[in-house]
Amino acid sequence: MFFRENGQFKSTYRADQQLLPILQDRVFMAGLVAFAFLVVPFVASDYLFLSLVIPFLILTLAAIGLNLLVGYCGQISIGHAAFMGVGAYAAYNLVLRLPFLNFLVVLVLAGFVAAAVGMLFGIPSLRIKGLYLGVATLAAQFFLDWVFARVKWLTNYAPSASPPPVELFGWTVDTPVRKYLFLLSVLLVFTLLAKNLVRGHIGRAWMATRDMDVAAEVIGIRPIYAKLTAFGVSSFFCGVAGALWGFVHLGAWEPLAFDLNLSLSLLFMIIIGGMGSILGAYFGAAFFVVLPILLNRIPGMLGFEMSTATASHLEVMIFGVLIVLFLALEPHGLARLWAIGKQKLRLWPFPY
Amino acid sequence: MTSKIPVAILGAFLAAGLVAPLATGVSAPGFWFEVLLGGLMAGVLYSLVALGFVLIFKASGVFNFAQGSMVLFAALAVARLAERMPLWAALICAVAIMVVLAFVVERLVLRPLVNQDAVALLMATLGVTYFLDGFGQTIWGSDIYEINLGIKREPVMVLDNVFQGGVLINRDDVAATVVAVILVGALALFFQKTKTGRALRAVADDHQAAQSIGIPLNRIWVIVWSIAGVVAIVGGVIWGGKLGVQFSISQVALKALPVVILGGFTSVPGAIVGGLIIGVGEKMAEVFLGPPLVKALDLAGGGIENWFAYVLAMLFLFVRPEGLFGERRIDRV
Amino acid sequence: MDKHLKIGLALAALAAAGSLAGEAAYAQQAKEQFFPVLVYRTGPYAPNGVPFANGYVDYLKLVNARDGGINGVKIAFEECETGYATDRGVECYERLKGKGPTGATVFQPLSTGITFALTDKSFGDHIPLITAGYGRADSVDGTVFGWNFPLGGTYWDAADILIQHVGKKEGGVANLKGKKIALVYHDSPYGKEPIALLQERAKMYGYDLILLPVTHPGVEQKATWLQIRQNRPDYVFLWGWGVMNSTAIKEAVATGYPREKMYGVWWSGAEPDVTPAGEGAKGYNALVFLAPAGQGGVHKDIIKYVYDKGQGTGKKEEIGDVLYNRGLTAAMMAVEGVKRAQLKYGKKPLTGQQVRWGLENLAIDDAAIKRLGFTGFMSPIATSCVDHEGGSAAQVHTWDGTKWNVQPGVYHADQQVIKPMIRASAEKYAQEKKLSKRDCAKEAD
Repeated sequence: MFFRENGQFKSTYRADQQLLPILQDRVFMAGLVAFAFLVVPFVASDYLFLSLVIPFLILTLAAIGLNLLVGYCGQISIGHAAFMGVGAYAAYNLVLRLPFLNFLVVLVLAGFVAAAVGMLFGIPSLRIKGLYLGVATLAAQFFLDWVFARVKWLTNYAPSASPPPVELFGWTVDTPVRKYLFLLSVLLVFTLLAKNLVRGHIGRAWMATRDMDVAAEVIGIRPIYAKLTAFGVSSFFCGVAGALWGFVHLGAWEPLAFDLNLSLSLLFMIIIGGMGSILGAYFGAAFFVVLPILLNRIPGMLGFEMSTATASHLEVMIFGVLIVLFLALEPHGLARLWAIGKQKLRLWPFPY
Repeated sequence: MTSKIPVAILGAFLAAGLVAPLATGVSAPGFWFEVLLGGLMAGVLYSLVALGFVLIFKASGVFNFAQGSMVLFAALAVARLAERMPLWAALICAVAIMVVLAFVVERLVLRPLVNQDAVALLMATLGVTYFLDGFGQTIWGSDIYEINLGIKREPVMVLDNVFQGGVLINRDDVAATVVAVILVGALALFFQKTKTGRALRAVADDHQAAQSIGIPLNRIWVIVWSIAGVVAIVGGVIWGGKLGVQFSISQVALKALPVVILGGFTSVPGAIVGGLIIGVGEKMAEVFLGPPLVKALDLAGGGIENWFAYVLAMLFLFVRPEGLFGERRIDRV
Repeated sequence: MDKHLKIGLALAALAAAGSLAGEAAYAQQAKEQFFPVLVYRTGPYAPNGVPFANGYVDYLKLVNARDGGINGVKIAFEECETGYATDRGVECYERLKGKGPTGATVFQPLSTGITFALTDKSFGDHIPLITAGYGRADSVDGTVFGWNFPLGGTYWDAADILIQHVGKKEGGVANLKGKKIALVYHDSPYGKEPIALLQERAKMYGYDLILLPVTHPGVEQKATWLQIRQNRPDYVFLWGWGVMNSTAIKEAVATGYPREKMYGVWWSGAEPDVTPAGEGAKGYNALVFLAPAGQGGVHKDIIKYVYDKGQGTGKKEEIGDVLYNRGLTAAMMAVEGVKRAQLKYGKKPLTGQQVRWGLENLAIDDAAIKRLGFTGFMSPIATSCVDHEGGSAAQVHTWDGTKWNVQPGVYHADQQVIKPMIRASAEKYAQEKKLSKRDCAKEAD
């Protein structure tokens, strides 16, 4: 009833190609962004910010990055946490050694370093594909983990990296609300960037490669160009996310913070959320951040007395079951569910 | 056939690396031999886990991330059951448990997810991993448990008349190798000689063709997962008997991944040869390549074996994208 | 209902429950001191995490059951599972830090990695962090690390004491010249902490230090021990945790390295570390600080007030194990800190900031140890605003196949060497983090 698009005629290509062609979507999005910027900071508690919202924002950014590679370009990577690590350590060293740089510049530079490393480890994708490539990217994961732990220069000869608080134009990002606003802005910019990338020339090249690389080559897309840019851009996103994860979320970290589990989690987020969908990255990250904490607390909330060990065992078990369940029920992820919901809404209340 | 030359070059390179410590006099022959043996022993374990991977991938196209957790689960079952009953009875019970697990996985995971793409299946097995880790610890506990195979732990010194200082050998390593060889032999016989084994091979070659000649796919999956379960028991018992059973052994699965890419996802001999190459390669690299590298680059300690296997596997992939013994794929548009 | 609608509804329900979970209000009781308990009862480190957590919780229960709380202020506590993972630890911290009428009293994460992350947060949250025998060695310096309390010893002390001990074995530290010492360490901030001191000492005494990292979780040590067989070090120092410890001892057996020459840090010398290795662990040595195995007055009370009433956390047989006792001691020091602070601020629930004053003015002397029933389980501790450690005494104990035997001789770390290192390292930290230092002279009142 409310979600009708009749009457909205597009008379220019420009209007037809906007990000959100339907008026209701535009209103909804604007409302959501306004809500996130203007309302959330006043209602959410510190706990909510620090343990749910902030990890959610950063992981979403990383998931968008991985989704560009896996969902749009069809190249599997099980090593993206390592590229996050590259971003984090690059940012740490930039801040440490060039303290006059603005943090935003540091973020972008860290992203570029991660992109370079990502492209380097993306080279095998030219020769191998599918799961073989997935396992090959594990080489990046383990090798980079090792580099973080072993090269003393990277952590300034200390056992772990612990950077100073982030400062922007004399504004210290230290309270939960400030962290939130900062991360939200970064995420918004990168979401727009990703959204525009995938519908442009480069995104179409990625998708053609994903759908069938041999055919893509035939129609004139160079696989080297498509695959390596996908690796580069996706590592750039992850590098920025990694720097934020280290600087804003953890505050001090060790190589284990970017281990294989995080890589698998990212992959898991985009699959639950929906491959090849920017929105899916949001859903997947939310699902991944909220669910374990929720599962961990449900017994207590319902008043069950349960030992900590049993509760956490139960948590991983239910988590495992839910993964399988979701894959079986909605293989295209939560984003697809969202699309179906929207489709139904158009006909509501008179479906035919 | 053009790929033969690079393979030969890589092989020669590896062989050179293998004998380099001896030739350059970095190592005493006795010690070199010990490292070789240690690598082979580690390789046997990797092979066993990789074997589980390969069997399942061949028959059902699933890249089974849960293989490590199956090893853990099986080892925990054996260790805890053996506290209450003789070892042989515990082993039989463990086999029963793994068969039940195979049924459950087939029913609740494989069947609903049939025809989905490989990454989704991979993630599903990750779900199984989470479940098994939690479930295993809930019912069996998270302490370190013992599997007492009745083998003395103290090493024996052999060949001290050949090499200076002799060569240390552990009895449990020898036993492990014997068991692994028997297992592989039994599996080979099963695949070649029995009707079920032939059906399995048919499924591995072509799902649709196998189905159309009346081979029940679902039953084959259960059988394959059960066999992978038995392989997991053997791996778990060998590992557990040596180092104790604890949650951490599920991590061995990670070491089996480079083995399967090196050997090829679908090749049983590949898993075994790959396991041995990786085992020997990483131990040799750690012991002989690590210290000079640390010194040259002023690193905080060695530990290159963590990634060496993966990098080795990646090099192999450049030369042969389908793995050492994998089937060549031809793309058609 | 069709499938998609069902999933959608389920998700909506989840989301609703999620928002509830975040905002759930907790019944606030007027007279309660809240103790957050970060534990790991699952995962690779559970064998060591469980006894420590049991001891910690049992002591809190004892104080409530026997004394009716801390001077009448009941202790409330809640466990949170970290799995030894930093991000989970941070989540637990955020979850528990605001609970109770006055917020969390003090955190004890039992993980150096989590300590590193929480240290960063403590400056803003003003909640003390007790890291008895772990954490950052340089956090002894209270002027920079205002909220960290590595009570009773740091890894630099531990490494120094081990060097002193093997020096004594050799008939004087001068004889260490030309000797080889291998450090087999957990490849994490925890395992890396002692390296700085061992290198410093190597410069002074002229021994060779061989660094052998073991990757988390530590079940892969074949190559490590092959290198030990190749290098034949005179001593092996073991800096392991969890399953890594027992694996190391088993690999030592398999490579024929004498266990008598192996020395573990105080986290590598408990029952779960040696029992899995069976007979092979005989002769293995480890440091022990504060609380060796065994039972004393406090254990009798715990059995009487907690276990006999069916309130015990763990198994009765495990009371008095090394790590159990260490958990007990850790809880005791936190409770003593609160008691001390109550003298200044009154017998009411205190904030973290107030408890810090108590921890900075701890004076647990022999008389107090006796009164608390800890005789023989710890050495006296006296802290100040500048010195957050309060003493560093340790002994060596040896496993004889069935129990730990403490060797005579108490060692104290040589602060002549360690203090300048602490100062330099803390200074560097303050500079990197752009912290302003506290002026302890001004705060004294």
